[in-house]
Amino acid sequence: MNAARLMRLLLLALVAGMPFGLQAQDLIHSEKSLYRQVLVYEDGETRCMCFTVRCSTGRQTCLYIKNPDQLALGYSTMMLSSLYLEPNPKSILIVGLGGGVLPRTLSQLVPDAQIDVVEIDPAVTRVAEKYFLFKQGPKLKVSEMDGRVFVKRAIRDKKTYDIIMLDAFDHEYIPEHLLTQEFLEEVKALMHPGSVLAANTFSGSGLYNFESVTYQKVFGEFYNLKTQNRVILARIGGLPTMAQITENTSLFESALAKFRMSADDVLPLFNKRVDWDPKARVLTDQYSPANLLNSR
Amino acid sequence: MYSIVLYLVAGWSGFFVMGVELLGGRLLAPYFGSSIYVWGALITIFMLALSIGYLVGGRLSIHSPSLKKLGIILILAALTVSPMLLFGTSMLDAVSTAILDPRFGSLIGSAVLFFIPTIISGMVSPYAIRLLVDDRATSGRNAGHLFFVSTFGSAAGTIMTSFYLVLWLEVNQILITMIAISLVLGLVACLVPKNRRDE
Repeated sequence: MNAARLMRLLLLALVAGMPFGLQAQDLIHSEKSLYRQVLVYEDGETRCMCFTVRCSTGRQTCLYIKNPDQLALGYSTMMLSSLYLEPNPKSILIVGLGGGVLPRTLSQLVPDAQIDVVEIDPAVTRVAEKYFLFKQGPKLKVSEMDGRVFVKRAIRDKKTYDIIMLDAFDHEYIPEHLLTQEFLEEVKALMHPGSVLAANTFSGSGLYNFESVTYQKVFGEFYNLKTQNRVILARIGGLPTMAQITENTSLFESALAKFRMSADDVLPLFNKRVDWDPKARVLTDQYSPANLLNSR
Repeated sequence: MYSIVLYLVAGWSGFFVMGVELLGGRLLAPYFGSSIYVWGALITIFMLALSIGYLVGGRLSIHSPSLKKLGIILILAALTVSPMLLFGTSMLDAVSTAILDPRFGSLIGSAVLFFIPTIISGMVSPYAIRLLVDDRATSGRNAGHLFFVSTFGSAAGTIMTSFYLVLWLEVNQILITMIAISLVLGLVACLVPKNRRDE
């Protein structure tokens, strides 16, 4: 292949990739890890962490460069609204660090809570600390481990958490072994009556039906918050009413202003309607072709 | 008939090994994750076991080799996979409790579950070559045919398992189906009349 032809092909590939990414992104950092390439892009206003070139399969996390406290991705506010179901958590587990926006925000909103984060990729933790203002401390610790392995060990150590957030994604979607009924039952074993689960998923994925019946099988009825992302909010011992939730929002409203988040953004999203096929097959360790189903 | 069954056994054995290997990744994931080192541990164990299987199979082929004995090898490989169905999860649970490092945990876990059956599967190819070869002049061609069939079987087992079977069936259902096919094929190999050239 001659050089001109190669150049043309490269240009073509570049143009073809454009519509999926952000416009005019500058790559400011790139780091290889055991799992992937961790990339940091800036486009003037925002800085994002991605696992694929030009963020072609989505962004792991973003922040506004001039106002890093402001929540840049809508799903963060939906995940944080788990606080309306459990306003006074003493212990929080977050599976999947990303840029650390959730733990960083939580440690300001509920400073007394002990926050455990499990992140498989030490490069992600390094990048979060260097580019996304994430800091570990006595109340906020990251364990470098597979999420499921962490959960299994925490069960053996008889730990429980008041809030558990599932936010583990690879470049495509949630890893298959973190989508199954057995995994969710293990997560449930770390919860006690009153504990709240918040799980980040996608609204438009081919897995929507499968995921929904699997969560329902393990946790029963849940609040289903949908935008581009879908956040599942479940509680052990039954969901609080909308009246209770609305009442709890007042506890955080002033603190949330700093993050440019308001209960008004998320309250209208709370919904218990079953909008999936209840006959879909439950995902189990024996049957979890999640990525195959997702790409259908 | 004789050589058709012989090639079928070799091709199926290739399919079986790769099917089990991919499902092994599924079985390990809840305990060790599905990172590159988990797959690395799994593939290491399979390659090591196959290499030993080649040695043993070649050695066995010296003393009065027969298609019947090849059938028995196939049956044994299937039978030694079956404990996985009953004790796989509790075994992996024990290993992951005892060994905290997921790299060596998955290595030991893979070894316990897959080492023996894969050694036995590895015996199939050299043994089958011995049954095929008539003389030195055609031995290379015979070996080529056999490698083609068994590696083609492996390719088929890999794509079928990872693209389709996991979508249609549960992990244990796939394993049971594959074990059943091995048993039937092994039995057929035992019953096929002797080739004239063996007599």
